[in-house]
Amino acid sequence: MFETLRTNSRAQLVLGLFMGIAFGFLLQTGGVTDYNIIIGQLLLTDFTVVKVMLAAVLVGMPGVYLMKEWGWVTLHVRSGAIGSTVIGGLIFGIGFAVLGYCPGTVAGAVGQGALDALVGGVPGILIGTGLFAALYPVLSEKILEKGPFPADTFPELLGVNPWMVVIPVAVFILAILAGLEYLGL
Amino acid sequence: MDWTPYLAGAGIGVLSWLTFLLSNKPLGCSTAFAQTFGMIESAIRPASRDKPYWKKVLPTIEWQWMLVVGIIIGAFISSVLAGEFALIWVPSVYGDAFGYDPVFRVAVALIGGILMGLGARWAGGCTSGHGISGTLQLALASWVAAICFFIGGIAAAIVIYGMAA
Repeated sequence: MFETLRTNSRAQLVLGLFMGIAFGFLLQTGGVTDYNIIIGQLLLTDFTVVKVMLAAVLVGMPGVYLMKEWGWVTLHVRSGAIGSTVIGGLIFGIGFAVLGYCPGTVAGAVGQGALDALVGGVPGILIGTGLFAALYPVLSEKILEKGPFPADTFPELLGVNPWMVVIPVAVFILAILAGLEYLGL
Repeated sequence: MDWTPYLAGAGIGVLSWLTFLLSNKPLGCSTAFAQTFGMIESAIRPASRDKPYWKKVLPTIEWQWMLVVGIIIGAFISSVLAGEFALIWVPSVYGDAFGYDPVFRVAVALIGGILMGLGARWAGGCTSGHGISGTLQLALASWVAAICFFIGGIAAAIVIYGMAA
């Protein structure tokens, strides 16, 4: 039903732009395009970033799984491995703390006038991705595929109906958020 | 209690339904940076197109690239409407700890950006692609990646701000 739209590359450029405007609007409204808020999360003094992310998962997850059940959408997940996911994730984390923005919020920060994001953050991320492209042949041979994960998704890993995971994860997220509010964080 | 982060997050959740439904894509940002670098590199040195990574990630303008451009516009509109738009070189929490020298802040941001760009492509995604889109699909790699982003980030932030104290 959506195939025509999805394969129309010109329409997708326009959709991408409008979805990006919505995304940037929501990120900025949520407060997570602000260095002070992001670094506050990493210093564990402000939990706005975790609240935005968990609320997005709480709403996004059941909708996407429902549409998957109806045959409207397909999942887009990447396989992981210790060598890529864990090592790359930790490098990313260190960069996250040094920069104080991530690749999406750095764009949002530029939009709200953060010149350190525009002049330092964006060129830095560009150089970092270029560095990865240059190192890719060596990394893919020696490191990236070391210690592959046994499955792509938790329902596959556990061999259960997806809803057996979706519902407990939703309850778990609600409990974390309730806990944060109870503690006044 | 302040509902704003939850409403913004829920909005991002609804937006992710639409990206899957209308564009057959998850929200993600770091690939667009790699594509931009690839486009610049191949404009300067056409031979660089043959690098294996540019076979895997085509350096071209597509959906996600426009998404990142949109984020800049959307955050601009939102910050202007909220009266929060301001040209700032050094964020206040950073400045109070390390001083308000713009050159030093930009140098630190550049180094942080390099680590982040490298790490994002190494891990196959960022706080959006893994942290939101992957976790909401219950992807194993994305939950592990998101936990590592925060372990690395919290440890590094505590060390960095520990140096200021």
